[in-house]
Amino acid sequence: MFADLGKYLGNAGTRAQIADHLVEHVYLSLLPIVFAVLLAVPLGWACHRYRPLRGALIGVANVVYTVPSLALFVIIPAVAGTQILWPGNVIIALTVYTTALLIRPVAEALDAVPDHVVAAATAMGYRPLPRFLTVELPLAVPVLAAGVRVGSVSNISLVSVGAIIGSGGLGVLFTDGFSRRYLAPILVGIVLTLALALVVDLLLVALRRALTPWTRAQGVSVA
Amino acid sequence: MIFVDVWVWLSDPENWSGAGGIPARVGQHLLYCLAATAFAALIAVPLGLYVGHTGRGGVVLVGGGNAIRALPTLGLVTVLYLVAGGGTVPVLIGLVVLAVPPILAGTYAGVQDVDRGVVDAASGMGMTDAQRLWQVELPNALPLLMGGVRNAMLQVVATASVAAYVGLGGLGRPLLDGLRVLDYGQLVGGALFVALLAVLLDLLLSVVQRLVVPRGLRLAPASAARRRVRRGVDDSSPQKLVATAGQPDSGGSRA
Repeated sequence: MFADLGKYLGNAGTRAQIADHLVEHVYLSLLPIVFAVLLAVPLGWACHRYRPLRGALIGVANVVYTVPSLALFVIIPAVAGTQILWPGNVIIALTVYTTALLIRPVAEALDAVPDHVVAAATAMGYRPLPRFLTVELPLAVPVLAAGVRVGSVSNISLVSVGAIIGSGGLGVLFTDGFSRRYLAPILVGIVLTLALALVVDLLLVALRRALTPWTRAQGVSVA
Repeated sequence: MIFVDVWVWLSDPENWSGAGGIPARVGQHLLYCLAATAFAALIAVPLGLYVGHTGRGGVVLVGGGNAIRALPTLGLVTVLYLVAGGGTVPVLIGLVVLAVPPILAGTYAGVQDVDRGVVDAASGMGMTDAQRLWQVELPNALPLLMGGVRNAMLQVVATASVAAYVGLGGLGRPLLDGLRVLDYGQLVGGALFVALLAVLLDLLLSVVQRLVVPRGLRLAPASAARRRVRRGVDDSSPQKLVATAGQPDSGGSRA
C-alpha cells in the first residue's frame, strides 16, 4: 500500500493536480463560511430583536439543516434555476447550511449581552448601528466563533460529496480512486481533508483569540 | 423546466413498482438507516453511559468524535468498499461507524451535564451506584442522548444516499442514476425524497424523544440539545444550563 502511495505521489503532475484540488477545496468550503456569517448576523439580530420572527426563522433553519447535502446540492439548481453541474451550487448549499447553523447561536448570544452594557453604551451616546457593531457583536464573537468552527469542519468534509456532481475539490480524488479501483488517491484525499480541517480549526481559534482579547484576562466573564 | 421533469418522473407508474420503484427504494433506505442507527446506539449508549458515569476517557472520546466529524463520508465509503472488495455490508458498517460518535457524544454529555447537586442528593439518599446511573443519570441524560440519536440518524440518512455512489441501494440510487444520464426529473425527484425522508425521520425521533424524556425534563427541549454550539450564553434558566454545559463545539455532524 505504501509503495502504491509512493508511486502515486511520486508523479509531479499528480502532485500539481492534488494541489489544485486542495485550493478548490479551500475556497469551496470557506467562501460559504464568509457568506454565512454575513447572512447569519443580520438574521440572528432579527431573531433577537423581533421575537415572533425567531420561531419561524429557527424552525426553517432546523428543517434546512436536516436536508442531506447530496440532495441539497441538486435541489438548489432546481430552485435557483442554475445549471446542475455548476460548482457554485455547492457554495450556495453550504452557505445555506452554515447560515442555518449560525442563526440560533447568534440570536442567543445577542440575547445574552447584559442589558446594563447596552444601556451604558446608549448612555455614552452610541447610535444603534455603531452600538451593535462595536459593543453587542464583539460580545457575541465567542459564540459565533464556536458556530463557525463547527460549520467549517463540516463544510470541509461536505465539499467532498460535491465531487459526485462534478464540483471539484479533494472529493475528486475519491471519485477518481473509486472509478480506477485505486486506493492511493482516496487515502491522500482523506488525509488532506482531515489536515485541512485541523489547520482551519486552529486558525479559527487563533482568530477568535485575537478578536476577543478580554476573554484572556483571568476571571473576567463575557456575559 | 426542472419541476416539470420531476412531475413527469413522479407521475410515471413505472417508477412506483418493482425492485427499483420508489416504494422499494424508500423501504431500503429506511431499513439501512434504522438498522445502522440502532446498531450504533447499541454500541454508543452503554459506552457513553460508562464514560459519563465514571468520568474516564472523556477527553479521548470528545477528541475522537470531533475527528470523525471531519472525516469525508464519500472517502470513507469508497475506502471501505475497495478494501473489502465490494458488497453492501462494508458500506453499512461505514454507516454505523459514522453514527456512533454523535450518539456517544450525546450520551456522554448528557450524563456529564446532570446537575452535581442532583447526583449528590441521590448518593445521599442511599442510592447504590447502579441505582444512581439508571434512575438518576440516565433519565436526566435523555434529552441530550436523544439529540445525539437524531444527529446520528441525519448523518446516516445523508451518508446512505452518498453511498449509492458505491452501489448501495436506497434513495441515493434514483438520484445518482438520474445524474449519470442527466435525467433531471429522476435526479431532483430522488433528492426530494431523500430530503423528505430525513425531515420525517427527524420529526419521528422528536416524537419519540417527547415520549421517552421524563416530564420533569421537558424544560430542556430537543432542539436545545441538538446543536450545542452556545458558549458564553446566559446560564440562568435550567434549559440553557443543559444547552451550554459540556463541549461547545460537539455540534451535529453532517454528510
